[in-house]
Amino acid sequence: MFTQQLMNALAIGSVYALTAMGATLIYGILGILDIANAGAYLIGAYLGWYIYYATGSIVLAFVLSMLAVGVLGILIQKFIYSPILAKPNTLSIIPLVAAVGLFTMSSDLVRLICGPYSYSYNFDFGVTSIKLGPVVLVPAWILIFALTAVLLLILWFILNKTKLGLAWRATANDTEIAKVCGVNTNNAMALSYILGYGFAAAAGIMVGILYNSITPALGEVPSYKMLAIIVLGGLGNPLGTVLAGLFIGFAEVFLSAYTSIPIPKDAIAFVVLIIMLLIKPEGLLGQKNKI
Amino acid sequence: MSSAYLFSILATAAIFTLLALSLNIITGYAGQAMMGIAAFFGIGAYTAAIITTHGGNFLLALLAAIVVSGICGAVLGVISLRLQADFLAITTIGINFVMAALFNSLKITGGTLGLTTTKPVVFGIRMTNFHFFIFTTVLIIIVCLLITKMRHSWFGMALASIENDPGAARSFGINVSKYQILAFTIGTALAGLTGGLYAHRMGFISSSDFAFVVSIQIVSMCVIGGLGTLRGPIFGAVLLSALPEVLRFADDYRELVYALLLVIMVRFMPGGLLGDDSPVWKFLVMIWRKIKPRKKTRADLIAEKAAEEGGQA
Repeated sequence: MFTQQLMNALAIGSVYALTAMGATLIYGILGILDIANAGAYLIGAYLGWYIYYATGSIVLAFVLSMLAVGVLGILIQKFIYSPILAKPNTLSIIPLVAAVGLFTMSSDLVRLICGPYSYSYNFDFGVTSIKLGPVVLVPAWILIFALTAVLLLILWFILNKTKLGLAWRATANDTEIAKVCGVNTNNAMALSYILGYGFAAAAGIMVGILYNSITPALGEVPSYKMLAIIVLGGLGNPLGTVLAGLFIGFAEVFLSAYTSIPIPKDAIAFVVLIIMLLIKPEGLLGQKNKI
Repeated sequence: MSSAYLFSILATAAIFTLLALSLNIITGYAGQAMMGIAAFFGIGAYTAAIITTHGGNFLLALLAAIVVSGICGAVLGVISLRLQADFLAITTIGINFVMAALFNSLKITGGTLGLTTTKPVVFGIRMTNFHFFIFTTVLIIIVCLLITKMRHSWFGMALASIENDPGAARSFGINVSKYQILAFTIGTALAGLTGGLYAHRMGFISSSDFAFVVSIQIVSMCVIGGLGTLRGPIFGAVLLSALPEVLRFADDYRELVYALLLVIMVRFMPGGLLGDDSPVWKFLVMIWRKIKPRKKTRADLIAEKAAEEGGQA
């Protein structure tokens, strides 16, 4: 039973980490709390569903949906966030308000276009469960572990081993100095969005497969839980985000399984966050832009 | 349109105006990122409702709502000293979610069933929507007068300097911590008062009335009208309270229009429709000046005289 809960927590934590990664990458460069990332998660899940049913290939669904949502992210950054940030004396809540507006728009557009009812992926793994000694593994969990690991490895590779990643890290450190040194900061911003929104889309499809149901309200819980996770991870720190995502996944599964606290599961992330901020205001690992 | 319907809309608009003004003190004047005003609105509402359902006096209940909410706000103010702008925004969002969850699960707040209040009797009159509208409007006028007075006081100027640059304010010997906590206390106390009014005007409250969406709505009112001005939040609150009624024919698209409006506003006019930099406001001021030219001040007369002498020389 305990190991079962452990695996469950790990799966949920992985999805959280992946969803919040987009927000972290965006915060690292632009300093925006991008709730609209949860809109990317929602749109990704729906696009993935359409592509899966049109082509019958889950791989295509992942790849095309991530690409399309990533491009959407670049457009949003170019035409909405950048002009807002370019204005002098912008209050810090203004981009956040824009993000909330964009997120509400995405939920509502999905509801109006696709209808208010739920869609099922009905993805067939071929086996219903895999027995590994005393632990029963759900195939969807394995898909989530594997895909999260692959995507995070790709992220690590891009950020640490490519020229574009170097530009990203330089921009995250100090945009002005990076620009002066000849770094194309626009490319770094675009990278943040294509990776950030793409990862959110992948997380959306994974959740769609895991729970076998997507509705227009899919993004609501991640939209704010993501914020708690990126703060816990030390705003803008990718490695911290992974740890924080897993941490919240564990806290939720174990607190609701073994204790009887009077708050619902989805509020736990914020209780953890508030306690944490009072003890250590700089986040789990502090604010560093390293992975 | 029946007058009962009209006054029910007006009473709602008045209550949200008061709430927008309370947020404006914290976010507009003191520049603190407050995204969870609905939590304090809720604390006030439940405090007042619990007192009156146990037989307490309505006006005393409102007073209690102010005090309890203000104390909670002061605690948040102390916490806010440790947190930077973005951390504070997320923390207040978190407080909103946790409070809404608590309202929904605690026994004293009625849990998922919520609380039912009776319409209060003040000075022998059973309050209807009409009375709530008048009562709230009087409060709005008092609050506006107090805010105008505050803006020209030492406290108001200290807040303005903190909003501009906390570091610089501190170097001029302004006790930033004290004024920041004070701004939180005053703003949340006012939100608590509004909550007490809301609970009794609605006759029924449940946790969904104080969800994060409500906070966003209030932030939208301030941002669309113009943060940091007095006219902005009032205009924004009236506009956004009337909008759902006007858009009733397009009920399905209401949220979408609302969100679209918000994005367009912050994208093209982040200072708000009636903010100091907004072309709309500048145009209105220009027209006003045409109708009623500004009285010449002493400085203007001196400048004119100097120009004349300069011309002669």
